[in-house]
Amino acid sequence: MSLKVVVDWDLCQDHGQCAFAAPEVFEIGEDGRMHVLIEEPDESLRSKVEDAADVCPVQAIKLEG
Amino acid sequence: MAGLRSAEGLRAHGFADEVLVVGDESWAPYNRPPLSKEALHGDLSHDKLVFRVRSNASDVTWRHGVTVTGADLGARTVTLSDGETLGYDALVAATGVSARRLPIPGPPPTASGGRHVIRTLDDAVALREALVPGAKVVVLGAGFIGCEVAATAIKLGCQATCVAIDPYPMIRPLGPELAAELQRRHEAQGVVFHLGVGVTEFVGEERVTGVVLSDGTVLEADVVLEALGSRCNVEWLDGNGLDLADGVRADTALRPVRDEGALDGVAIVGDIARFPNLRFDERPLRVEHWSIPTDTGRRAGAVLASYLSGEAYDDVVGATWEPLPSFWSDQFDIRLQSYGMPGLADPDGVHLLEGDLHDECVIGYHRGDELVGVVGVGMLRVVNTYRDKVGHPTIA
Repeated sequence: MSLKVVVDWDLCQDHGQCAFAAPEVFEIGEDGRMHVLIEEPDESLRSKVEDAADVCPVQAIKLEG
Repeated sequence: MAGLRSAEGLRAHGFADEVLVVGDESWAPYNRPPLSKEALHGDLSHDKLVFRVRSNASDVTWRHGVTVTGADLGARTVTLSDGETLGYDALVAATGVSARRLPIPGPPPTASGGRHVIRTLDDAVALREALVPGAKVVVLGAGFIGCEVAATAIKLGCQATCVAIDPYPMIRPLGPELAAELQRRHEAQGVVFHLGVGVTEFVGEERVTGVVLSDGTVLEADVVLEALGSRCNVEWLDGNGLDLADGVRADTALRPVRDEGALDGVAIVGDIARFPNLRFDERPLRVEHWSIPTDTGRRAGAVLASYLSGEAYDDVVGATWEPLPSFWSDQFDIRLQSYGMPGLADPDGVHLLEGDLHDECVIGYHRGDELVGVVGVGMLRVVNTYRDKVGHPTIA
């Protein structure tokens, strides 16, 4: 199963730490809200995406696969 | 948290043998900051707070509800509260801090006596039950946690009073200008402050009914929160020649430092680690910021995996490691986001960088010409642009 990023948008408070850990996958938009750029990132990005999930202050990022 | 991150770090760096994590709480590691914020007026269930565990660490063995009581670092053993002695090849010390209690006369320091602290999920559940509408809540200490709980108590319909010896709330990390502004915002929401005063005694026999301040004021209280900072859980390391003056002194590889040099095979992580961060200077400092358990856990995992395998150990130990401390705080509708070490700033080194102090803003904390910390009040996108400008990282 390929890697899939699932964000709980009820939890997300737009801290933006994920965008520093994995800028390929997460972005703080012009509106100040978080956006997922790639929902199913390549396996080569797994480590960065795991880092992003770790540094989310509200544990809003889940990974499947 | 630091224990979990260390276990994951060991696995990430190729250590495949047994990893055992022992912890005194009955819960799997969970996120503590929400305990004084959104979880305190929302959902205080462990499910919502538990940390995700990386799949690489799914085979780690957990022993919850057991406390480490002693260690013999020479013999490579630790003793546990259930009487067992465990041997190890490598040891991670991640025992964290406990909430400090005020050593003055009064009813027993328990939640049932109306005297609360907030460090664990169980603490937060007990406090939540006491925060009923109309309750008179007295918060001792006006640091981040005290101010967060005061704000939450107001939201829950309580009366909230903060007492602190400092002249302004949160002054030590934030400096007087921002601290005074935040005090004004708290007062506008109904928080009452008694600053520049101590507490001499609690009123009440079985249950606290008030607190007596050093200026003679008596405050009625249904609930008292002792939010007076922390003490390090390091007694179990006594007798091993370590520097336990403030946490555990360690080097940049997180090895404990003794008179005869650094001790290999042991890593000090999380809130108890007093380590030099060359992003700022060589002085070892303990940093109770949320980012530190993860940063130190990963570093410990890398160092110990290399130590255990014998591969590239000198390179890993000598590698540049300069974590950027960060934390946030939510108080009413105010979101504070900090990067770096604002507390290192010169007294006259605090300057408005962006925005308006009375609205949203970014404050810079300088030591000489160097930006050592930055704090955003709102303006998250803007404060984030200063992240890489904090300190003088060897590697940008």
